[in-house]
Amino acid sequence: MEKFKITDLDLYYGTFKALIKVNLTIEANQITAFIGPSGCGKSTLLKSLNRMNDLIEGCRIDGNVLLDGEDIYGNIDVNLLRKRVGMVFQKPNPFPMSIYDNVAYGPRTHGIHSKIKLDEIVETSLRNAAIWDELKDRLKKSALGISGGQQQRLCIARALAVQPEVLLMDEPTSALDPISTSKIEDLISELKERYTIIIVTHNMQQAVRISDKTAFFLLGQVIEYDTTENIFSNPRQKETEDYITGRFG
Amino acid sequence: MLKKKEQFMRLIFLFSACTSIIAVFLICIFLFANGIPAMSKIGVFNFLLGKNWKPSNALFGILPMILGSIYVTAGAILIGVPIGVLTAMYLSLFCPKKLYRLIKPAIELLAGIPSVVYGFFGLVVLVPFIRNYIGGNGSVMLTASILLGMMILPTIINVSESAIRAVPSNYYEGGRALGASHERSAFFVILPAAKSGVFASIVLGVGRAIGETMAVIMVAGNQARMPKGLLKGVRTLTANIVIEMGYAADLHREALIATAVVLFIFILIINLSFSLLNRKSI
Repeated sequence: MEKFKITDLDLYYGTFKALIKVNLTIEANQITAFIGPSGCGKSTLLKSLNRMNDLIEGCRIDGNVLLDGEDIYGNIDVNLLRKRVGMVFQKPNPFPMSIYDNVAYGPRTHGIHSKIKLDEIVETSLRNAAIWDELKDRLKKSALGISGGQQQRLCIARALAVQPEVLLMDEPTSALDPISTSKIEDLISELKERYTIIIVTHNMQQAVRISDKTAFFLLGQVIEYDTTENIFSNPRQKETEDYITGRFG
Repeated sequence: MLKKKEQFMRLIFLFSACTSIIAVFLICIFLFANGIPAMSKIGVFNFLLGKNWKPSNALFGILPMILGSIYVTAGAILIGVPIGVLTAMYLSLFCPKKLYRLIKPAIELLAGIPSVVYGFFGLVVLVPFIRNYIGGNGSVMLTASILLGMMILPTIINVSESAIRAVPSNYYEGGRALGASHERSAFFVILPAAKSGVFASIVLGVGRAIGETMAVIMVAGNQARMPKGLLKGVRTLTANIVIEMGYAADLHREALIATAVVLFIFILIINLSFSLLNRKSI
């Protein structure tokens, strides 16, 4: 089943064209990895899937992005779109408040105020992010006091708390140590049963380890999009091969 | 040769750095040397908690003035903080650039107006307004609070605004990515994150309000009696010193200096809590 259908997407930052004629179909309940050298547009494409690019002045878009057949650049409520399409950032960004309030922030935003319900959501979200056991005794403590890896899993829990359908992850482990990274990779693999996951990564081993499909980006274009296995063992384009064998990038 | 020059310059820098410390130190010595004996002569208890200030009868109780200062300052905070913090929020997160270029200089100008001019404004505009539309004779606690509330606005706005602007943008993005509106992210993510800076601005505002003299004297009525209500006159610690210093002698004069000691301790506490807040924010 297709979740996102991107057709002929051009994206401009002012006069700079950051994405050129992108066509991609992203399958539901799979992990799709975006790889490519810095500045190739992979994060830009990721951010256009929940319209976080709207926050950037001078950003303009042509083309279509359909989520379950609905044009997300059409007449829709952006806040509801972002509820359906959650995001985890490169640098863990828990809010400077308690762990509990961090996770409850999203549900509260979307109108849930009952204490019982919130308690339940906070617990389930933290369990789903595989961090409940570590944090359950310090829910009222500041979220800034936990380690970077825990903060990132807390951010995943916070994103899960609004019950999204899709999770966008922008290099979620690039600021973390190897142990935290492997915890988060395990978590991502578990989450794919319930969520569609799109992950931007600089780490090609990571793409191989966790993703089902991989798109290779270069200078704003999708050079190749295929199953991860094909991309890494049997690339069709020369650019892809050069990149994955480390000849540049 | 170079070495000597360097040493000489180092001394000059050291001396410059010490100047302000020496100044504070000298003021401290002067205040305490003159004020403490007076306090002990009057009796600390009688001085701080005495309800009557009648120098001609040798009654030197400054409780009315302590309460007067606290009430007027509290009123100023009640008026100035909500307006100031909301203005800071508007300027940093909602204001179109064009309007910002108009509002910001206006606020800076507000900060630069001498307090005697504020006092005149209070005397000519606020006092008659209160007298005609609210009650009392106009020179009352309410007037002083409103005027002080206006005077602390620039402090609160500027310090709060820079605190709000200093909040990392990834907090805001995190809020937006969860589907929160701009407004909700502003008030429920950014403002809490700027909390300690906003508190610091309030503390600075309190310091400014409690130390303000000229403007308050011109609109507060200055009756040296226990504060009786919003629409009754009130005298603050600062007003007490300025009004009577010109003709006071002997114990009366020393009692005024002791009043300054109390004021000094107030300011000390405020600055201390300001630096504590600042330390916490880092």
